[in-house]
Amino acid sequence: MRIENNILVKLKDVGLKRNDKWLVKGVSLVVEKGKIITLIGPNGSGKSTTAKIALGLHKNIEGEVQKLTDKIGYVPQKISIDWTLPLRVKDFMLLTDDLNDKLIDEALTLTGVDHLKNKNLGNLSGGEFQRVLLARAISKKPELLVLDEPVQGVDFTGEIALYELIKKISENLNCGILLISHDLHTVMSATDHVVCLNGHVCCSGSPLDVAKNKEYKALFGEQASQTLSIYEHKHDHVHSSDGEIKKN
Amino acid sequence: MFDDFFIRAIFAGIGIAFVTGPLGCFVVWRRLSYFGDTLAHSALLGVTIAYSLDFNIAVSIFFISSAIALILIQLQRKTNLPSDALLGLLAHSSLAVGLVVIGFLTFIRFDIMGLLFGDILAVNKKDLFIIWFGGALILIVLKLIWKPLFASTVNYELAEAEGLNPDKAKAIFTVLLAALIAISIKLVGVLLITGMLIIPTAMARNLSDNPKKMVVFSIIGGLLSVFIGLFSSLEFNTPSGPSIIAAALFLFIISLFKIKQTIQLKN
Repeated sequence: MRIENNILVKLKDVGLKRNDKWLVKGVSLVVEKGKIITLIGPNGSGKSTTAKIALGLHKNIEGEVQKLTDKIGYVPQKISIDWTLPLRVKDFMLLTDDLNDKLIDEALTLTGVDHLKNKNLGNLSGGEFQRVLLARAISKKPELLVLDEPVQGVDFTGEIALYELIKKISENLNCGILLISHDLHTVMSATDHVVCLNGHVCCSGSPLDVAKNKEYKALFGEQASQTLSIYEHKHDHVHSSDGEIKKN
Repeated sequence: MFDDFFIRAIFAGIGIAFVTGPLGCFVVWRRLSYFGDTLAHSALLGVTIAYSLDFNIAVSIFFISSAIALILIQLQRKTNLPSDALLGLLAHSSLAVGLVVIGFLTFIRFDIMGLLFGDILAVNKKDLFIIWFGGALILIVLKLIWKPLFASTVNYELAEAEGLNPDKAKAIFTVLLAALIAISIKLVGVLLITGMLIIPTAMARNLSDNPKKMVVFSIIGGLLSVFIGLFSSLEFNTPSGPSIIAAALFLFIISLFKIKQTIQLKN
């Protein structure tokens, strides 16, 4: 019963068909409070589609979606702001929720862009904009965060810091995070559960399990599998004494 | 006080400017100029129906414009034609049908110029009441749907994902637009209402760096256009709609100098 209460979103055997072609099929996954679940997979494997299905953005899907929270923060993969709409960072922060100044400042400071508060959104660089997007999503203290490649275009040091921040948020707010990323290195250290997609669920499990999986190796190559394992070895304290990883 | 036709026209204009300001911003942000135009063209059909059935003009326009909006949404779903073609189809066919019906209604004397371009003499006390009461209602509803409408204007998926209801807000906004056209037809006319929505807003865009400011400037621009337009309409005996729109254009041109200054400051 207690486990059931922790569930935020549950996808059961969902699929989406467009023009007679399955974009994704037979995907099941669960996002729980305080857990980070990461979707990986090649381009066009249906990662963003799966995230959107979880958010209820796609109609006419097959299967079952249960969304048990409405406090959601979303960082979409692509977003373009029209220049006809004059929008400052602080206006953008208030987009879906009425937040006070303190919450806005807090979130912007966390992602390192508090100095941009009065800047026009159109004048930000790609990396700065990405940080603002993340700040907006976390500022409302959501129960569920859906992050579709949240650090694209962010510089290397910033990337690591932001992934650490994402992990901290999941712990501090006890919120569930559905993360999409290409960056196998950094992500894996923070992830509780990995789902490897390629139109369907190739394999899923802890980062270590996925790394050892044959289908994963076929999809990403031997080297990716090693980075994943090594990373696990370095950072996961539970498995640090595992002899098998040391051999890698 | 409202016995003088000019006072009535001024107050009608003030009421309309308060509504076109915020609605115009959304029309520009959501790229709905041609949609507004289509609704306005269909208003003529509403007028003829009102005359032939001896019905209130504003109410009739409101229903016809709303119906055209619904038909458009259906056509967008069910045909493969691009939106601009569908908008043109509806705009011109409803205008044409409206004019044909007028041709049949020989027993009623129509002031077609007045319908198309507005007439300050035409605004009576009842119209004034409809403008202010209807305008207030439009603004209250807009305030209520502001958050989902604005959020989905910035990004539809973001708004929907985070629990707002963009489709509902969009549908209500369409109805508000139809209502605005219904109340402003007498003063501004069928052909120029979209100008009243867009030109003061375009001016406001040149002067603002945030959405609230843009709404305020858009209202101010609309009010100034109404004052300048109506006084010159009285002075030079020109139709009220074109005079107001010409005044708005004048203000827009002045606002261009402001952009030039800001660009120079940046460099």
